[in-house]
Amino acid sequence: MLKYIGRRLIHLIPVVLLISILIFTIIKLTPGDPVGANLDPRSTAEQKEAERARLGLDKPIPVQYWNWLKRSIKGDFGNSYIYKVPVSEVVPGFIKNSFILNVFVYIFAFLISIPIGIITAVKQYSKTDNFWSAFSIIGISMPTFFFGLLLIYFFSVRLDLFPISGMMAVGSKLTGLAKIKDTLHHMILPGTVLIIGSLASLVRYTRTSMLEVINQDYIRTARSKGLEEKVVIYKHAFRNALIPIVTIVGFTIPGLFSGAVMLETVFNWPGIGRVLVDAVNLRDYNLMMALNMFFAILTLLGNLLADIGYALVDPRIKVE
Amino acid sequence: MGEKNMDLKPNNLSIEESLSLQEELESQQEILTPFKLIRRKFLKRKPSVVALIILSIIILAVAFAPFIVKHDPYELNMTNSNQPPSREHILGTDELGRDYFARVLYGGRVALQVGIFAVIIQIVIGTIIGGIAGYYGGWIDNVLMRITEVFMSFPFLPLVITISAVVGVRISPEQKMYLVMVILGVLSWPSLARIVRGQILSLREQEFILAAKALGIKNTKIIWKHLIPNTVGYIVVNATLGVASAILQESALSFLGLGVAPPVPTWGNLIQYARKMYNLQNRPWLWIPPGLLIFATVMCINLIGDGLRDAIDPKS
Repeated sequence: MLKYIGRRLIHLIPVVLLISILIFTIIKLTPGDPVGANLDPRSTAEQKEAERARLGLDKPIPVQYWNWLKRSIKGDFGNSYIYKVPVSEVVPGFIKNSFILNVFVYIFAFLISIPIGIITAVKQYSKTDNFWSAFSIIGISMPTFFFGLLLIYFFSVRLDLFPISGMMAVGSKLTGLAKIKDTLHHMILPGTVLIIGSLASLVRYTRTSMLEVINQDYIRTARSKGLEEKVVIYKHAFRNALIPIVTIVGFTIPGLFSGAVMLETVFNWPGIGRVLVDAVNLRDYNLMMALNMFFAILTLLGNLLADIGYALVDPRIKVE
Repeated sequence: MGEKNMDLKPNNLSIEESLSLQEELESQQEILTPFKLIRRKFLKRKPSVVALIILSIIILAVAFAPFIVKHDPYELNMTNSNQPPSREHILGTDELGRDYFARVLYGGRVALQVGIFAVIIQIVIGTIIGGIAGYYGGWIDNVLMRITEVFMSFPFLPLVITISAVVGVRISPEQKMYLVMVILGVLSWPSLARIVRGQILSLREQEFILAAKALGIKNTKIIWKHLIPNTVGYIVVNATLGVASAILQESALSFLGLGVAPPVPTWGNLIQYARKMYNLQNRPWLWIPPGLLIFATVMCINLIGDGLRDAIDPKS
């Protein structure tokens, strides 16, 4: 197993390189010159030329890519045009903000959705099942941003219960507990949207995969052997139902950060998703490239985790 | 004793199941085509049927939009801008005096078209890649899965945005709609491919495939006639969920101002009005109706997908 993981990790390297080349090329083909955005608009053509040469933008794209790669491996992703500081200095802060918003929501969602998924599948067509089915279908059908807007409209604008946007009160100099309290207050609305959305899809997923297993012959066999229902469900059925769930856990990891793009934009939460939209809109090439690579690597690791999980829980899958 | 009675409950369920199976068998004796059988099962599910009716109404309304609204969604009337809802303009007018109800209906046309075509692209690519990779395994699987992984690791949103920026400058807002379709389709197939592959991976270890091989059936035939039909349930569920999520994705992109671009209306870019605080607070008729329509459409498609899954896939 360790050998398998090690080999898969080595396999990731060419994939990462390929993705970086593709994204780099696409970004370089984007019209709009970062030099124009970076310099005084009154600067002469010669000054612009000098700046381009300084940044290495006058070289052909393969050379530029090679230079970018050499720097990136050392952890130098260049300066952000928006923030005027090295990309590697600004990104961690945004990652942290996204993490704060997402991590509790996801842990919570996983912890409660798996039991709910099992119960709804076991008691198919019961009242509990119908309730959660309705909940799931509403949750997965609601556009995140629209749900966010509705919450802002009713709870912030109409009832004035929560702040409209942001992570902290504007210009606040709170520290310690008061700061945490303020942040939590800002988190309630976006957190609600996230929890409902992720619960909806996770419950649905668990239920579907559980149902599929419960209706199989070997479950009937287990029951007719006279096994206790608990054993049938948790030992025989659930382990097989885990296979698709494990995949989803793996895929959720990158979603932890990229999934919140809409939410962070609507609620103006200073996380990595919103910064990404800013970077693309303002043509911040270095930031764009670094964020893209961050998401790409995260996705690859998520996939790898899903595959490892797959192999661990399903002995029918051969790991050569 | 009490415990034992509890244990019997699920058995009762399976008796009911076997009864319904028997009914099915009996009804099959009347020579029902698979299509009729699926339709019969589908019609038994009330939520799905209701969803189908509502979705049909929405589709008819957007398809026959020119007969429902007298106004043209692109017709400017600066003297009549920012009007609240009235008898003449059911949802008022926008900042350029265009009839907003007309824009909402025409926006639905765009949203639905983008969703459907994106999924057609997705199914074609996903099934082919997933089927081949799962069946052949070995280096073919490795190469195809690496390609799939590369596609999956594309950070979805930035890529769409960048392509929009690169290609977008050279094309008209009308063509941007097709661009969004293609981007969503070409970037969404990997999950379907992985699901099809995953299923085939465990199916191919089963005896009926061994039997098929022993009979000397060609590999391509085994994939398309024996393996893919076993994954149809997954493909159907995925395709319906796919249309729903493509509509959601398109709306999200257009809401960010990075998808279908005005003056072409789509539900997503109409909700952009809510990004202005004044509109959010004082003109809810601008952003709530398109939002509710996205929600209703997506929910109906999801419910229909569920109904179809129950009807098509005998295992569920």
